[in-house]
Amino acid sequence: MAEPRAKRSLASRLPVISHIRQSSGLQRGMLVAGTIITLAFVLVALLAPLIAPYHYNENRDADGPFPTQEAPNAEHLWGTTVGGYDVLSRVIWGTQTALLVVIIAIALSIVIGVLLGLVSGYLGGWIDRVLVVIADAIYPFPTLLLAIVTSIVLAGGRSTLWSGILAAAVAITVIFIPQYYRVIRAEAVRLKSEAFVESARVLGTSTGRILFVHVLRNSTRSIPLILTLNASEAILTLAGLGFLGFGISPTTAAEWGYDLNRALADTASGIWWTGVFPGAAIVLLVLGLTLMGESLNDIADPKLRLRRRRKGTDLPAVQGGAA
Amino acid sequence: MSLLQEAEAPADPPTPASPRRSSGGLGLGRYILVRALLIFPTVLILVTLVFFLMRVVGDPITASVGGRLTEAQLQERLEEAGYLRPIWVQYVEYLGQIFTGNFGRTITDNREIGDILVQYGGATLELVFYALIVAFLVGVPLGMVAAYFRDRAPDAVLRILAILAYATPVFFAGLLLKLLFSVWLGWLPLGGRASSRVQLALGRLDDPTGIYLIDALRSGNSIIIGDVLAHAVLPGLALGLLTAGVFLRLVRTNLISTLGNEYVDAARSRGVSEFRLVRKHAYKPALIPIVTVMGLQIAMLLGGAVLTETTFAWRGLGFQLAQYLGDRDFVAVQGIVALLAVIVALTNFIVDVIAAIIDPRVRY
Amino acid sequence: MSKAVEIRDLRISFATDAGDVTAVDGVSLDVAGGEVLAIVGESGSGKTVTAKSILKLLPSTASTRGAVVLNGTDVVPLTGDRLRAVRGADAAMVFQEPSTALNPVYTVGWQLAEGLRAHGKYTKQQARAKAIEMLDRVGIPDPEQRIDHYPHQFSGGQKQRIVIAMALVLDPEVIIADEPTTALDVTVQAEILDLLRRCRDEFGAAIVLITHNMGVVADLADRVAVMYEGRIVEQADAVTLFASPQHEYTKRLLGSVPRIGTSLKEPWVATDDAAVVEARGLVIEYPGRFGRAGFRAVDGVDLAIAPGEVLGLVGESGSGKTTIGRAIAGLTRISDGSLSVLGHEMLGYRERDFRPLRKRIGFVFQDPATSFNPKLTIAEAVAEPFVVHGEAENASDAKTRVQELLEAVQLPRAFGERFPHELSGGQRQRASLARAIALRPPLLIADEPTSALDVSVQARVLELFAELQREFGFASLFISHDLAVVDLLADRIAVLYRGRLVEQGTGAEVLGAPKHPYTQRLLASLPVPDPIEQAERREQLRALRALPTPAADG
Repeated sequence: MAEPRAKRSLASRLPVISHIRQSSGLQRGMLVAGTIITLAFVLVALLAPLIAPYHYNENRDADGPFPTQEAPNAEHLWGTTVGGYDVLSRVIWGTQTALLVVIIAIALSIVIGVLLGLVSGYLGGWIDRVLVVIADAIYPFPTLLLAIVTSIVLAGGRSTLWSGILAAAVAITVIFIPQYYRVIRAEAVRLKSEAFVESARVLGTSTGRILFVHVLRNSTRSIPLILTLNASEAILTLAGLGFLGFGISPTTAAEWGYDLNRALADTASGIWWTGVFPGAAIVLLVLGLTLMGESLNDIADPKLRLRRRRKGTDLPAVQGGAA
Repeated sequence: MSLLQEAEAPADPPTPASPRRSSGGLGLGRYILVRALLIFPTVLILVTLVFFLMRVVGDPITASVGGRLTEAQLQERLEEAGYLRPIWVQYVEYLGQIFTGNFGRTITDNREIGDILVQYGGATLELVFYALIVAFLVGVPLGMVAAYFRDRAPDAVLRILAILAYATPVFFAGLLLKLLFSVWLGWLPLGGRASSRVQLALGRLDDPTGIYLIDALRSGNSIIIGDVLAHAVLPGLALGLLTAGVFLRLVRTNLISTLGNEYVDAARSRGVSEFRLVRKHAYKPALIPIVTVMGLQIAMLLGGAVLTETTFAWRGLGFQLAQYLGDRDFVAVQGIVALLAVIVALTNFIVDVIAAIIDPRVRY
Repeated sequence: MSKAVEIRDLRISFATDAGDVTAVDGVSLDVAGGEVLAIVGESGSGKTVTAKSILKLLPSTASTRGAVVLNGTDVVPLTGDRLRAVRGADAAMVFQEPSTALNPVYTVGWQLAEGLRAHGKYTKQQARAKAIEMLDRVGIPDPEQRIDHYPHQFSGGQKQRIVIAMALVLDPEVIIADEPTTALDVTVQAEILDLLRRCRDEFGAAIVLITHNMGVVADLADRVAVMYEGRIVEQADAVTLFASPQHEYTKRLLGSVPRIGTSLKEPWVATDDAAVVEARGLVIEYPGRFGRAGFRAVDGVDLAIAPGEVLGLVGESGSGKTTIGRAIAGLTRISDGSLSVLGHEMLGYRERDFRPLRKRIGFVFQDPATSFNPKLTIAEAVAEPFVVHGEAENASDAKTRVQELLEAVQLPRAFGERFPHELSGGQRQRASLARAIALRPPLLIADEPTSALDVSVQARVLELFAELQREFGFASLFISHDLAVVDLLADRIAVLYRGRLVEQGTGAEVLGAPKHPYTQRLLASLPVPDPIEQAERREQLRALRALPTPAADG
């Protein structure tokens, strides 16, 4: 007789790690590369005070003001901006801002979106119908425009560090709630008619218990995917806000989009370093997150997963009772 | 009819486990009608959302000019503009205005939002048109190639390129393109929709459309046409490549998932070639979700247009929006955003109708 | 006679997450021209893989060794255009699920013509004319009009006819039919089997028939190969195989097939107690959308189940049988009439009032794959009834009772620690029974509990059901599409047709001397696992079909 098996170790059940284990080939390469890039950025953000040569709003030192628009050199590895700020330092500090906004935005939208989706999808009725119409209306709306409107409301467009970060985060949250809502609702609707949920209903299980024990625990499989894709979208939205001069003001935090906006005028005179470095930082971080998200998606989908047998093929499986 | 034939009649009762698609068996006409009616709640919700978001904390006048006026002056301005009345009164009035096509007046230069649309809408439309051409020409065929070579080298390269296209913010792509083609190579202009002399020439045409491509073609002057096209290349590429990346992924993913269907295997068992399987059997069914999602990308394109126009000083709706943002004219911002909401809702309606026309299950 | 297909020492393995798995292990087979060879076996036996390898339709994870000779050519090493030339022309395929084998966005005529033109012998007009001719020959009425219709405009049986037409269109030596009737109702199945017989008789095609249904084999096959775990364990002509099976597995397989007229249940003794379930003029409607008319799934049904009685509810897809089961369990609301469950009226009931009664109803679902929460262990799932109704704090609290239940359904105690995906379908269905009887309910609803199982597994689950019923004495509504399965367990049988109850009575009454023409046809359509008897029944069915049309409620 079969022995009770040891529970799978915690590590092997964590989303990304378990995905790496069951991946192969290109998909594994993409996942690993994406994870490494993302982790590198997290590390840079955490260590920003240590590795950045200057503070983000430092444009002078003991020897006087920094030269402005100076090409990369030994003193300023990536050059300086029109305001005399050190580009390298601002890019490094910008990592902190970007990740902070992403984390707050995603935490807020996941909690609200998942709860709404769960209740709306499982209970149905008029609440569901109203929420679906609202989510469907917001979903195709340009995220950037909504973010602009929200950040006007929250910060009047200009702000201190925290209110600026919060404004950007909440602006992005408003956009993402419908996305989580739609995904979780679809899962809840699907699970609602699964036999195990119906069997819980037949047993007379309370709605709360069905929602949290049976539905929620089985509806989160696509969360890692949306999470990474949303994180990259959040960074692009934040940068877009900054680019329009509506993000976080430059003296309170370093923000890549804002720096790119400033750099735009530099291009005409061939000054490339003020724009290329923050831009490359955005591309790299979004690339890392998207690589993670895309490969997670493929690995989670049996149809897309490499080296996995197709559904419906007639393979030996242990059939029959315990005779 | 015999009993057995009757038993075979196409009857698939809606079971709770598998509700029929709401459009199934509805008929195209009914579908379009129902879908058209859905435009109204969509616009209502978006406009309401924008209205209340903008009013939760304060009013646009205080936000715009609050610091520069005395308290008394401010109160007077607010009274004048009707912002001291209860919010729901303002809301109902605002809805009434929107319904009659009145999106309000800007504070800074006292213009009708509708006029701004008339003046600058053409420019944005033109930019979106260029971007869509690039996106379709690049994204769709490459998506098919990627699906055909799925999980092999060409696919891997294309996927990475698509992700790169998506990961590059359109203003950064624009900046790089400008550096390369305008500053270093000097091949193409830095920005704007046309050089100033051409702009003047176009302005002198009889009732100009505001869409420079059409106006230039009408002028028949090859220098003008060349100038207009030269200005269009970089903005079109910047916005188009971003969208192309999205289209590539969309086409690839949907083709691959359609290729997993049994009818593809069935066609294969009849001796249909692999290329034809992708081009015919997978492509058309995959087109239905592709078109639907492309519709949703229109929104992304509009957001991208705001940034592209700012990057290239392309004087369109987005450029104006950014200007008003800079001037803190939030009435103008609210008006333009509400206007764009209507445009998005209309485009999605059109796209959904196209998707329905492709799908014979809705048509019949 | 010439050989249509020759398979020599075929070995196929698949690369999976758990390493290489051998699906076919040294199979050798010959199919003569114009012969119907049935390959039978249960899931995992490798029968479908063998069949698909004839056309090289296996996924890229498969590696094939051995030889498959079609028309003098070994297809195993073929690729590209040479492979394409073989597909459709030398051998063609009929798929299990006709609704997924047809491309939904192209007309059937387009799809028929495509096969012709892939082999480059036809102009557009010729292809169309040929397509119309083929539709006509497979029995699609009005082929000139229907050729321009899309797949969703045809019924399931018609779609399968079209799939067969596509297979026949290039006049192949051999047709591979992979479970061609499994997705169809039994009355439709009988017609498709007739059509396949005509494929052989009129078109001269050999047929490789893949099936798990011994009745289908008896109806159609000339010769039978029995597969088990990737090998062929026995080959014989059909009459011999059914009359005197040699291999142990074949005997077991044939012994497991339920036959009408056998019963596992002890006769039920009537009592004066009130009925557990009583329906009067029961109507259940699903509302329509966007102003379309609603769908009436159940229309004026009267039935009753006495304490300790097993009522078998039989019908084809769309008959409303599952809907009735769901209504009794309080999963679907009734629209009109009266339905009393354990003395509680279900018309316009409130969930709060009904909830206390739920502990007295058990339910076993059809699909063992989805009837357990994948995140809970079997023990936790079986303990749910105790926890939900406050008889235990948590799963470990109910441990002893859970173990007793697992023993009652003949599952080892240790299985409680497993997750649902670690159990086979049959084991899961046992666990499902354990959960359903946990609170010793006086009423158990079983909705097609064995239709997703292999026949040998089904036999054991049905025995278990009978045993539990004897021991716990619950009344039961047993829903199935299979007359023979219902006859094994039910005291009384009710036949549903399109939402109406057309006949009910004891097994002997309904199945021994059916009165309603629909019941007669249903019974005659059911193939029996005996080629000689089945040939006679076929004649009876043909005679029945010739009779004038009966009305649904006549």
